[in-house]
Amino acid sequence: MTGVVRACLAALLIAVASPAFAVQPDEVLRDPAMEARAREISKELRCLVCQNQSIDDSNAPLARDLRVLVRQRLVAGDGDGEVLDYVTARYGDYVLLRPPFKASTYVLWLGPIAVLLLGALGAALFLRGRRPTVVGGEGATPLTPEERQRLDRLLREDS
Amino acid sequence: MRRLIYILPLGLFVVLAGYFAVGLTRDPSVVPSALIDKPVPEFTLPPLLKDGQGLASAELKGKVQLVNVFASWCVPCRVEHPVLMRLAKEQGVTVKAINYKDKPEDAIRWLNQGGNPYAAIGADQDGRVSIDWGVYGVPETYVIDAEGRIRYKVVGPVMPDEVERHILPLIKSLQGDLQG
Repeated sequence: MTGVVRACLAALLIAVASPAFAVQPDEVLRDPAMEARAREISKELRCLVCQNQSIDDSNAPLARDLRVLVRQRLVAGDGDGEVLDYVTARYGDYVLLRPPFKASTYVLWLGPIAVLLLGALGAALFLRGRRPTVVGGEGATPLTPEERQRLDRLLREDS
Repeated sequence: MRRLIYILPLGLFVVLAGYFAVGLTRDPSVVPSALIDKPVPEFTLPPLLKDGQGLASAELKGKVQLVNVFASWCVPCRVEHPVLMRLAKEQGVTVKAINYKDKPEDAIRWLNQGGNPYAAIGADQDGRVSIDWGVYGVPETYVIDAEGRIRYKVVGPVMPDEVERHILPLIKSLQGDLQG
């Protein structure tokens, strides 16, 4: 019983918990449209300290510095792409959570499609090889009259 | 010929396993620098020490040297410090520094304790210049050639093994280019 109560309490706590935001109030830009752009850009950028978080999610001091930098570039009049280029020029493509589509990442982006196609090809070849054994299909030998008589007899015995 | 199709999955497996085998030997926390073979970023930093030199991009030309990013609050920096001391005092390598997000008095006390291997120290108090260098943690160490280009980067503490295997041979070959 107490187990159930505990589980319910835990579920309730999880349900009412609000997400924690890494972005501090003093970082937020006054212009809501520009702030929204900054948030979107920040979600594309990897925090190099924690690696699997974006700088928008991370509490690391470097993530904060980069969030401030993103906002400074926007205020200076950079477009979204220019801000991403600015950061990539310093930290490399690895800083982008979505890897760019270029010569060095063709295997990454096209690999799964290639594997799917290969699998489909393999399956097609396999199924084609099986077809001649289908019962009653072309090439199957019909029963001789003796065989049919014997089969009828066996069926009658059974019932 | 048709049998070859059955060997294909095995071939694919071998190729994939090869990629994974190489990938697993790499340290994922080390991000390759985007600035290798590029000139050092334009910057000017004020000196940390009152009677010492600051650091600016113009001063990183003319000879092969190291730039070390350090902070007094950084534990691995303490580990690499004796290695840098030896490089500077015994091997005659010029080591310059960016002091990252540090209180000047802490950094000065730290240098008084462990010795000062640096020919010049720029104080980067807000870490903005370090972002231009692609710094994402301290310590980091860069090998700069005579033309002021970044040729090599060590993420984390510089260990004696790293010095023997990569840094000293690279410095020697870069200096050789200079004379030749």
